[in-house]
Amino acid sequence: MEIREKTVDRNLLLELSGELDHHAARKAMEEMEMAIDAAVPLKLVLDLGGVTFMDSSGIALLLRARRRMEALGGNLMVCHVPDQARRVLDAAGINRLITIR
Amino acid sequence: MKTSNYINMEFLSRSSNEAFARVAVACFAAQLDPTLDEIGDIKTAVSEAVTNAIVHAYPDELGKISLKARIYEGNVLELVIKDWGRGIPDVEQARQPLFTTGGEERSGMGFTIMESFMDRLSVRSRVGKGTTVTMRKRISVRATGAK
Ligand SMILES: Nc1ncnc2c1ncn2[C@@H]1O[C@H](COP(=O)(O)OP(=O)(O)OP(=O)(O)O)[C@@H](O)[C@H]1O
Ligand SMILES: [Mg+2]
Repeated sequence: MEIREKTVDRNLLLELSGELDHHAARKAMEEMEMAIDAAVPLKLVLDLGGVTFMDSSGIALLLRARRRMEALGGNLMVCHVPDQARRVLDAAGINRLITIR
Repeated sequence: MKTSNYINMEFLSRSSNEAFARVAVACFAAQLDPTLDEIGDIKTAVSEAVTNAIVHAYPDELGKISLKARIYEGNVLELVIKDWGRGIPDVEQARQPLFTTGGEERSGMGFTIMESFMDRLSVRSRVGKGTTVTMRKRISVRATGAK
């Protein structure tokens, strides 16, 4: 799992790539938290384009991102969701809680 | 039902084995000629069951996990994931969406995902003895050449 970060003003873009399972999630979660702490963004975009596998550990990460952005009064968008991850999000009904483009 | 093929494996509850387990099962299932979606669903279901054994069955120790994959006549894949860990006090409650004892790092959606991606899910558990998760999925038979 790798996370690439771009901050422009108070927009934070995180591009995730690799496998987002329990094994990778803790480090990914930490990196995301650090990036949010540093940028204090009003808008967070999580780009899942490079994610080759995701399970419920990824859902926990997205829900954490959502809580953090709510606390900051900003918003979260998730984009470029690959098919496999999309099926997981659909099965869990997460598409109702998070804006996915 | 007649078994036409099977594999059995056993591994330690290290999180690095999650990827190994799902890839091994996906390779074994390939002989059923699954679609990409079906492979993804099988990998995800394996990942959920194995992660549960790693995270919940053995929270403060390393323990043994067994994974058996069988193919039955009629293109049916059966997966049995077994641990000898803590067990689940109330299986019906554990299977509810969003129920979790795992705190912020978990979402409580694992069983819901397994149920949705496989045709059948059964969970047998005894506190202090361990948990056995059995899943079945019939793989669609495709016309040859139509990939
Ligand atoms: N093998 C197991 N041993 C002991 N308890 C388990 C096992 N599998 C599941 N459980 C219990 O059942 C609950 C629900 O499991 P489920 O997989 O649905 O959600 P989760 O693991 O908590 O979260 P998620 O799978 O979304 O990351 C767990 O929180 C845990 O209490
Ligand atoms: Mg789980």
